[in-house]
Amino acid sequence: MQYIHDHFNYWIVIVLMMTGFYMVIAHKNMIKKIVGLNIFQVSVFVFYISMGKIEGGTAPILADGIDVYSNPLPHVLILTAIVVGVATTALGLALTVRINDSFGSIEEDVIEAAENAEDDKTSALRAGNRK
Amino acid sequence: MIVGNFPILAVITPLMAAPIAVLLRRPGAAWLLALVVTWATFTLSLVLLGQVLESGPIYLRIGGWDAPWGIEYRLDRVGGLVMVIVSAIGSVIMTYSRASVEKEIPKDRIYLFYAMYLLCLTGLLGITITGDVFNLFVFLEISSLSSYVLIALGSNRRALTAAYRYLIMGTIGATFYIIGVGLMYMQTGTLNMSDLATLMPTVIDSRVIHAALAFLTVGISLKLALFPLHMWLPNAYTFAPSTVSAFLAGTATKVAVYVLIRIVFTVFGGVVILKNIPGVQEILMTLAIAGIFVASAIAVFQDNIKRMLAYSSVAQIGYIILGISFASTTGLTGSIIHLFNHALMKTALFMVMGAISLRIGGVTITDMRGLGRRMPWTMAAFVVGGLSLIGIPLTVGFVSKWYLIKAAIEQDMLLIAGLIVLGSLNAVAYVWRIIEAAYFQEAPKNAAVAKEAPLSMLLPIWVMAGASIYFGINATWTLNIATDAAEALMSGIIQ
Repeated sequence: MQYIHDHFNYWIVIVLMMTGFYMVIAHKNMIKKIVGLNIFQVSVFVFYISMGKIEGGTAPILADGIDVYSNPLPHVLILTAIVVGVATTALGLALTVRINDSFGSIEEDVIEAAENAEDDKTSALRAGNRK
Repeated sequence: MIVGNFPILAVITPLMAAPIAVLLRRPGAAWLLALVVTWATFTLSLVLLGQVLESGPIYLRIGGWDAPWGIEYRLDRVGGLVMVIVSAIGSVIMTYSRASVEKEIPKDRIYLFYAMYLLCLTGLLGITITGDVFNLFVFLEISSLSSYVLIALGSNRRALTAAYRYLIMGTIGATFYIIGVGLMYMQTGTLNMSDLATLMPTVIDSRVIHAALAFLTVGISLKLALFPLHMWLPNAYTFAPSTVSAFLAGTATKVAVYVLIRIVFTVFGGVVILKNIPGVQEILMTLAIAGIFVASAIAVFQDNIKRMLAYSSVAQIGYIILGISFASTTGLTGSIIHLFNHALMKTALFMVMGAISLRIGGVTITDMRGLGRRMPWTMAAFVVGGLSLIGIPLTVGFVSKWYLIKAAIEQDMLLIAGLIVLGSLNAVAYVWRIIEAAYFQEAPKNAAVAKEAPLSMLLPIWVMAGASIYFGINATWTLNIATDAAEALMSGIIQ
């Protein structure tokens, strides 16, 4: 019990990570996939932030009476990772909008069916050319 | 003073040029800017590689902060070689791109294409030069995000879904990579590669580091399209604009391979993990061999030649990973040299496809019929690239296969050596189909009237095709660099 309690943050990280990862793999809806990807990335942010935090530690400022500091580096790194995450989400959503415009759907199976039909049509056309 | 800043200039110049290209807006002006900048970065990389060969690795402290705290840029032989390949391909393709881009990309988006191209180049060059694992992640994402955009610019609507799938898989790969970096940081408290390498032996047996290694390997393998994590690659290369396929085929996966070499050999001390942690070597070797055979077999049955070349890329990546998995100097030399050679030939082949799609409008096997007579110079370049893909003597492909087979025999793995030869025979099958169509079949009567590709495209194509013959006949320069780099990586010396 104590083990679970001591590593509480990391348990949360694993639960979030697996939830997000599962959503990316299992969902057919392109928006939901991106939501899953976001949860997956957020779990990593939490992981980095927990790693730098020391209980009772404060920001690394030189002042009297403060001698326990949290490690600020992982926190700073995650600022960068958040920016990357936002850019990825924006691009993913923009692509989804364009896909919806040209396929009329954001369900992967519908789009896949449309793509396969396209393949069949071109190969049939080619077979016709050969005759 | 300015020479000391060359490492950072090579990365910053394309980065600064990207927003300027957006401001210029006129397609011609943006192209000219990109052309000048890509050739400038190529010159810088050549100078840098010259310095590395002459006086050893180059170090640059960003902002004057010392190494383990600040970000350090360091360029050694293997990094310098990859940097030269990337910037060479970047500049040759920029010379080639204009006609192809004007045909395939809507006019009002062309300036954005050049901006994205420059950003992608920034990311790829940054990866080769950085000495900091987190900085590497940032560059990896700069190059990946811009390549998703570049792929989505393709004219077929399926380019969008290809880009979307690449985005999902690429992001999972990058996230796995930072999980691995995080775990390493927990154990060592550093992000600097040299520092990590010194601290690694003390913690190499901990489970956290094993988990980090697993996350890093899988994440990077997604980016480099190691079989069976290659699912994003065929569609992305097929539906991207021709220029983008040529650029990414030559650079993106190669740089990811470089990252794998860097992490496995420099950070983790290579030989130790490949030999001592059970399974690592076997898994890499099995996947590499499986990739060579499965992807080659699929390539044989493709009607779209760009897709065929994409599957062939997956197979060739198998050869590169196979060389790494030997964990010997010869094997690693083979990998590094195949990385260089495959970049040359695959770029040439995809550039040929761009020229054909400009003149004929399609790149299926039926479009190839009779092309040997109608576009003789273009198809001749294809033949050179194709022969090199197979590994015929006097082409670069032969040199790298030779080294891989030598590495296999050195370790008494005759079966593997046989499989490498057999894999090359597979390449004969898919390359021959196109040569047969182009040279031994009559053009259909209703075929589009095709003339030879414009000189602005032919010349760059033949620079690449010529290079893949030149370095096949006179491989001393590349071999020396590759051997020295492999020796340095194997001995675990941090340089």
